[in-house]
Amino acid sequence: MATTKEVLVDPIFNNNPIALQVLGICSALAVTVSMSTTLVMCAAVVFVTTMSNVAVSLVRNRVPTNIRIIVQMTIIASLVIVVDEVLKAVAYDISKSLSVFVGLIITNCIVMGRAEAFAMQNGPLMSALDGLGNALGYSVILIGVALIREPLGSGTLLGFEILPRVMDGGWYHANGMMLLAPSAFFIIGLFIWAIRSWKKGQVEESEYEIAPNVQYGEAI
Amino acid sequence: MPDFDKEGLRNVLLVAVSVCLVCSVIVSSAAVILKPRQLINQELDEKQNILRAAGMLPQGSNQDMQGRGIDELFDQFTVHAVDLETGQFAELDEIDAYDPIKAAKQASRSRELSADEDIATIGRRENVSLVYLRRDSDGVLDKVVIPVRGYGLWGTLYGYLALEGDLNTVAGLGFYSQKETPGLGGEVDNPSWKGQWPGVELFNAAGQPAVRLVKSRSPSASAAAVHEVDALAGATLTTRGVENLVRFWTGELGFGPFLASLKANS
Repeated sequence: MATTKEVLVDPIFNNNPIALQVLGICSALAVTVSMSTTLVMCAAVVFVTTMSNVAVSLVRNRVPTNIRIIVQMTIIASLVIVVDEVLKAVAYDISKSLSVFVGLIITNCIVMGRAEAFAMQNGPLMSALDGLGNALGYSVILIGVALIREPLGSGTLLGFEILPRVMDGGWYHANGMMLLAPSAFFIIGLFIWAIRSWKKGQVEESEYEIAPNVQYGEAI
Repeated sequence: MPDFDKEGLRNVLLVAVSVCLVCSVIVSSAAVILKPRQLINQELDEKQNILRAAGMLPQGSNQDMQGRGIDELFDQFTVHAVDLETGQFAELDEIDAYDPIKAAKQASRSRELSADEDIATIGRRENVSLVYLRRDSDGVLDKVVIPVRGYGLWGTLYGYLALEGDLNTVAGLGFYSQKETPGLGGEVDNPSWKGQWPGVELFNAAGQPAVRLVKSRSPSASAAAVHEVDALAGATLTTRGVENLVRFWTGELGFGPFLASLKANS
């Protein structure tokens, strides 16, 4: 049985949902163009993952196996709608720039994955910590990506100017690719490389070996 | 519960119904409780878009130089409904709730545009739209803001075009929603590009829309120069879209008749 601390801290580096399990990539690409949207998105995912884990864990002994997935979906979807409504009421500008991606937390594999894999077998407190840990693991990567994309793409961080851009009279030529979603792929790829060189245990075994080249005569 | 059958039909129905009930109560109460604040936000956002297009709010700020907020600044404007067909003011029962873009989607409240007419690629045009007028303390028309929209490269650009009181000079153009390529067509939001719009003259001597987005400007003394704005580098289709939408909405099928009659009356 995992200890409380392991449940909370493991998903941040040892078992990171994005870097190791490669889940939740879509929103990591979409919302990391600026730090403020990233932080709001992370807060939303932390709330939804933690609360859905608690809720699923509370009802886990009553839910029939046949309908467990749809019950989890219903709980997650309700939480996401609540988050979306709250954002529209208190942070309208940010909710506009996040647009559909708040709604798409429903389909974020991390939330559903933790409900099914952990909360269905564990008590509410452990489930809450597990949800929190995984959402934090997701957040660490997202914040890291935004930390690179926003300064290089727009010369700002959280709206404050760091690299004065040429068009505003500075010296920095903004890198337009950083404003586009594919740049997050490269950055996440580099993160995964960095984490796996640090923690060698995460490197997957190759599924097959590439055979050495053979001469024409040997192959027949 | 000794005879509790978790997988039985009774429990399946019970769990399904109760989960749905609890969740629906949570979701609907959140929606109802937060609705008033969301409406305020939407309204404020729309007002802010109009003020920005008119150049009355500095970049990145919600207050003007004198520290006046959005509501206070917007109170200087009056909203009017305009019949685009006749160019006359129209009567609307609930002008605050009227949305021209929604109206354009209903056959009874809009007209279909033929391919020749539809230079801005909007499909249908509403019969009645809104204008925002600002008069100075003597009652002389000072600013006119009209909603504009048109297709760029990836999607429709939605914005406002603000005119000076002479109904020919642009006071500003701003888009509040666009899907153009960041860094290329997305530069329609670039303050220095938008900064070229104020002062541009919309109509030529014959009263026809004459705005052009060009690669190289005509000599500043020529008659064409006052109608020209720099094209966006690397964004030919967005540039064409912007040119077309400005021409459409200031033209015969857009606010052309209205602007003409407003001019004749003043």
